Amino acid sequence: MPETSNGRSVSPATIDMEAWVCPAPLRDSPNIVMGHGGGGAMSGELIEHLFLPAFGPAADAGMGDSAIIEVGGARLAFSTDSFVVKPLAFPGGTIGDLAVNGTVNDLAMAGARPAVLSTAFILEEGTPLDELARVAQAVGTAAMAAGVKLVTGDTKVVDAGHGDGVYINTAGIGLVDPRVDIRPQRAAVGDVVIVSGDIGLHGVAVMSCRAGLEFATTVTSDTAPLNGLVAAMIETGADIHAMRDPTRGGVAATLNEIAKAAKVGISLDERVIPIPAEVRDACGLLGLDPLYVANEGKLIAVVPADDADRVLEAMRSHPYGGRATVIGRCVPEHPGMVSARTALGGTRVVDLPIGEQLPRIC
Amino acid sequence: MCLAVPGKILSVEDRDGTLMSEVDFGGVKKDVCMQYIPDAEVGEYVVVHVGFALQRLDEESARRTLAEFEHLGVLKEEFGDGFELAARQAGLGNPNASSETNGNAEVKS
Amino acid sequence: MKYLDEFSDPALAGKLIDEIKSATSRRWSIMEVCGGQTHSIIRHGIDQLLPDTIEMIHGPGCPVCVTPLETIDKALEIASRPDVIFCSFGDMLRVPGSDKDLFQVKSQGGDVRVVYSPLDALTVARENPDKQVVFFGIGFETTAPANAMTVYQAKRLGIENFSLLVSHVLVPPAISAIMESPTCRVQAFLAAGHVCTVMGTEEYPPLCDKYGIPIVVTGFEPLDILEGIRRTVLQLESGRHELENAYPRAVQGLGNPAAKAMLLDVFEVTDRAWRGIGMIPSSGWRLSHAYREYDAEHRFSVTDIHTEESADCRSGEVLQGLIKPHECAAFGTLCTPRNPLGATMVSSEGACAAYYLYRRLEVTHA
Repeated sequence: MPETSNGRSVSPATIDMEAWVCPAPLRDSPNIVMGHGGGGAMSGELIEHLFLPAFGPAADAGMGDSAIIEVGGARLAFSTDSFVVKPLAFPGGTIGDLAVNGTVNDLAMAGARPAVLSTAFILEEGTPLDELARVAQAVGTAAMAAGVKLVTGDTKVVDAGHGDGVYINTAGIGLVDPRVDIRPQRAAVGDVVIVSGDIGLHGVAVMSCRAGLEFATTVTSDTAPLNGLVAAMIETGADIHAMRDPTRGGVAATLNEIAKAAKVGISLDERVIPIPAEVRDACGLLGLDPLYVANEGKLIAVVPADDADRVLEAMRSHPYGGRATVIGRCVPEHPGMVSARTALGGTRVVDLPIGEQLPRIC
Repeated sequence: MCLAVPGKILSVEDRDGTLMSEVDFGGVKKDVCMQYIPDAEVGEYVVVHVGFALQRLDEESARRTLAEFEHLGVLKEEFGDGFELAARQAGLGNPNASSETNGNAEVKS
Repeated sequence: MKYLDEFSDPALAGKLIDEIKSATSRRWSIMEVCGGQTHSIIRHGIDQLLPDTIEMIHGPGCPVCVTPLETIDKALEIASRPDVIFCSFGDMLRVPGSDKDLFQVKSQGGDVRVVYSPLDALTVARENPDKQVVFFGIGFETTAPANAMTVYQAKRLGIENFSLLVSHVLVPPAISAIMESPTCRVQAFLAAGHVCTVMGTEEYPPLCDKYGIPIVVTGFEPLDILEGIRRTVLQLESGRHELENAYPRAVQGLGNPAAKAMLLDVFEVTDRAWRGIGMIPSSGWRLSHAYREYDAEHRFSVTDIHTEESADCRSGEVLQGLIKPHECAAFGTLCTPRNPLGATMVSSEGACAAYYLYRRLEVTHA
């Protein structure tokens, strides 16, 4: 991934298109395409090559899910996330659950105890009030479950035809545990890669009710607040190096980001990755790879090998970590890339997803 | 090409003059057009591609194929290499080691 | 999934690999026709586990890859029209035309929708009577019955705002074209299992005889592919050149007669240009005269198409098995899945994409 150039004084209107390292699709496509929101390489490119240069010296963006800022001697984590899921309600939850849990989890991934959230709603003219009420109730219930307060918010309405009913942005602040220093860059060769449980559930649940693809399945979204699980992991005293929640782009996107940030290779064993049969079947039907399917109640933790056992034990004792599994290691080979041993004994690369995964016939 | 997966027929019905089924792909259920296998019955397995059942899945054949795989190498384990055995019975040396009895132009190293 | 998972069993795969190793006494070059087989081979690492003396040459059986550039450009033009809802399989969304792809058309305001089945496009047509709904009907013989049934239903139900943009390609003419090529190194074929579920196996024995090659109908799971290779090697080693069915659970000799009857009614054979390869006579299907009114090419007279392939793209040579993806200078540098020069890098089963996604560790310099 090309380096950003901080400290450049470029006025917002003049993005130097020629300075990009790769012949980016952005240059050929003068518009935003859906792939830019996929959480994969294109999203990353948009940030690296458009937003950060445009923000200029004002930008101070690290690569983690949250920003860590020092305020009056305390380390705070600050994060924001927007939720544009379609449909608004899906098996296992609503956009309201995602909006709370998403930001709670981003804060938790920095080792912070989430304290407060803001909620900003962008509503499409014509949205039924009872639908909105259902979403709002979900927000309230999820906040209670996560132990956060909803302290401020905003509401705007856009014309009918613009907006998919309800968009929600949440921003959150949490207090970082003084014992930890959790950043993707800290992943080191020899570390063990742990996933907190079954993968692919959220993405499959949402896809199952998407127009044009509908299928019946028992899969429900795994949306959940992970701050309790993270607290239990921190209590073990382990030196957790990196943690992220594999949302858009799935486990594959998350591991690639960690590998690149830390300049290590990551090697997985496909035989042990916890993929429920229903996820495998749904993915088989549509031609998708579970490693690229979104999760909303799982985390990836990268910990020193010596700490693995106690972290795993703490995770498995927690309701959201019962199926925590070691799925791989950080290795010196192929820094920045993720590889996997296939079930048959071969090797494959697990690449960064490009845009969104689409069902295929071939 | 051709991502096609096997599934079990749960129900069959006529919809607007088109024969449709609900097919179970191991827990995932989807509507599938059955016009090309109009005599298919509930409980049968079919191979499905882009929402269409294209062929019956022969369950007996599947079982036989897997059994054949299980038995691969079994005879060899019990009796040793077939060529070797035949050669010994005929009073010759091991044919695999000798290029005279081996008819191939290139011998794998 | 039942009747799928069992055919991935690693222990049985090991046995098949051992059998292949002990059966192989010299170098053989085998082409797997179908892109889905290529994807499976690379993704599971099967080629890494075969003896070095067996070379798998990746064939042109990726309908996404071989859809003619001109057809893609026509699709892009039609999809850009404000009165059109353009429906397509997901595979086609990122295939580059001369200067853009369907994703970009969508971003510029075109109503482009991904569907799982062509029947879904018919539903869209019924729900949007004031729009023209066009379905991008690509694929090999496997997908043709679905597209045929859809246009048959459209005609039967009088859904006039629906049309099909057809670009079907056929496997047997491709095999002939490959064998006729002067630089051909292929000694045997793994035939496309799902194509044969529809068409049966009758078209292949004449090819076995004409070219003196074994053709083994093969499935897609790891054990299916290994079994196909095993039977092929046994034939090659013993000098046989026959049609064999190594996918009997899904393929019957006569195929699906109902589907074949429909195909005969809805489509007719035509010459087809295969992207990257060139014109192969009688290698495609287009809508027959009885269904011409549902042909999108007729309904939308698309003129002013100037096709232009990238000068650096060597996907044609990859599709014919003449070079491996990493032997192309643009592989992994100018040409990546994010910025593909040709369809073999975009399609999930194109050989270039498969190598890039799964094999970069061994083959790239970047």
